[in-house]
Amino acid sequence: MKLVQLIGFLRNRLKAVVRICFGLLGLLIVVDALLVDKQHAHTAVERLPAFWSIFGFLGCVCIIIASKWFGHAGIMTREDYYDE
Amino acid sequence: MSSFWLHPALILLLGALLLPLVPAKLKKAYLLLIPVLVFARTLNLSVGVFGHVQFLDWGLTFGRVDKLSLVFGYIMSLMCILGTLYGLHVKENTQHIAAWVYVAGSIGAIYAGDFITLFLFWEVMAFSSVFLIWFRGRPESLSAGLRYLLVHVAGGLALLAGMVLHCRAQGSWSFNALDVHHPTVAIDLILIGFLLNAAVPPFHAWLPDAYGAATFNGSVFMCAFTTKTAVYALCRGFAGMEILVPLGVIMALYGVVYAVLENDCRRLLAYHIISQVGYMVAGVGLGTAMAINGACAHAFAHILYKGLLFMGCGAVLHMTGESKFTELGGLWKKMPWTFVFTLIGGLSISAFPLFSGFVSKSMIVTAGFEEHKYWVGFLLLLASAGTFLHTGLKVPYFIWFGKNQPKPEAWKRAAEPPINMTVAMAIAAGLCIFIGCYTPYLYKMLPYTVDYQPYTAYHISETLQILLFTGVGFFLLLKKLRPEPKISLDLDWFYRKGGRAFLWFARKPVQATDTMVGELYRVAGLVPLMKTARLASLFDNGVIDGFVDGIAQGVRGIGRRLRFAQRGQMQENLAFAFAVAALLIVAFVIYSYR
Repeated sequence: MKLVQLIGFLRNRLKAVVRICFGLLGLLIVVDALLVDKQHAHTAVERLPAFWSIFGFLGCVCIIIASKWFGHAGIMTREDYYDE
Repeated sequence: MSSFWLHPALILLLGALLLPLVPAKLKKAYLLLIPVLVFARTLNLSVGVFGHVQFLDWGLTFGRVDKLSLVFGYIMSLMCILGTLYGLHVKENTQHIAAWVYVAGSIGAIYAGDFITLFLFWEVMAFSSVFLIWFRGRPESLSAGLRYLLVHVAGGLALLAGMVLHCRAQGSWSFNALDVHHPTVAIDLILIGFLLNAAVPPFHAWLPDAYGAATFNGSVFMCAFTTKTAVYALCRGFAGMEILVPLGVIMALYGVVYAVLENDCRRLLAYHIISQVGYMVAGVGLGTAMAINGACAHAFAHILYKGLLFMGCGAVLHMTGESKFTELGGLWKKMPWTFVFTLIGGLSISAFPLFSGFVSKSMIVTAGFEEHKYWVGFLLLLASAGTFLHTGLKVPYFIWFGKNQPKPEAWKRAAEPPINMTVAMAIAAGLCIFIGCYTPYLYKMLPYTVDYQPYTAYHISETLQILLFTGVGFFLLLKKLRPEPKISLDLDWFYRKGGRAFLWFARKPVQATDTMVGELYRVAGLVPLMKTARLASLFDNGVIDGFVDGIAQGVRGIGRRLRFAQRGQMQENLAFAFAVAALLIVAFVIYSYR
């Protein structure tokens, strides 16, 4: 049951965990901007700093918003829709 | 018949046949032994063409062993071990038999060297896997299974028609790369048959419908075999077919969109099969050595991580009886290990560095960029952000954390699954990490020599940024993503509601027309006839009484007979009309020949 304790430990310190995660994200962007060799990037836009971070974030937001809009435009319906 | 070649599928089929005779004490050992034997036989296969059988006019080839069939055969038989281990505690022999026959169908299709053998095993797959849906035994299982069968029979018919046309044109049944740059009707029909099994929109709706409805371990089998056998067939026959690239990209995004809306965890995973198979289909369409390698590698990795994900969600279903996000939550206290294994599956499918998807999916994306199809690369990367969003974040979060709580009885039942299920998950998780860390294991099996290194600083940085910032988006928009107790309409609407429309059409308009025609006969035919007869009779009796009595009687008699012939039964009337028409045609033919 040590695993449960570990998860519980992290959950009890959620704020610290979130802060560490944001710290790591910031570090990732810095490392990407300064250290990573972008010689082999496929297109020019990829050489912009934090391009893939923005791509990931905006992509995620677009997927959620577009899908939810699509779903609420009539695709989502009550669970017993097909029952007679 | 050439010298005997032991087909791996034959071991499985015989094993399934003998299973009911095995004593209960030995059953578990036997259940493990047979798939292990199949795997051992697969490892032992040498490259070449074997198992040639002459049947009537056809030469059937059961064993075409080359690098392409070997890699698929390898992973299929490996998955058979894991799937059987996962369901080892299931008591009903029939469930194991259905699963094994299904796997045998898949393995048989992979080693098939001609269309007839391919078709035979292709149909075995459909007709055995349907039992994995029916065995769930819910009231809706029967109709879900029938829908599954109906769709696959339709796809099988398209394949059969294409095969026959193709053979007539080519004069050979052998199944090799088709002329994808000059597609004929035959090739298109074969393609439709394959695309249906690969669940390419618009032929995809059977997949979430069936995989969400199957038994807890049935889905583990189903998620691995049908679509990946189709990917194999596409690799073999349709490498380089342009149309597959946009289709694959559409698939990859289509699955992502529906996964946002889905409330059932296994249906969500099913939509992500569509999404992931989209990468493979796009890879087949690109058709370069790198892309085909990528499609095969991704199919290999996919079978393991998707099997693992279905095992995780199947374990939750098995233990709690629930698979809907709105009925689950907070399970980390009860099923922590299942959580960890499912998370590993989620990280693998999302292509995190050190997990299997990272080394396979990126080959297809890179192939897209290398072919200067930038839109393919970018859209596939967008889909992989969506993949992490759902399978890596939404599934674990809403099952094991989240604000919902299961019903008290489900919460009480929740616990880690039986040991065999846990071990199967652990092995699958181990393999996912192993493939991700030690690339030569997978790369050496691929059909073409691999000249690709996934672990470059740029690739790792790119992937981590996309995935981790997707994570940021997830937690920021958590409220919007909260599951809703609803279902999403997909293209199965057309045959689910369409079937009903057909029944309605048969019941209402057709029936009404039938009644109307009958009524018309009665009113316009019989009634005037009777009246005329009666009038004639009156006239007869009153005016020429006695003299033409016989005529009146005669008319009455005819009236009676006509009445007998015209009962207003549409079928009889039609049959009568057809008979007369047929007689006329025969008479005409005989006359014209004289």
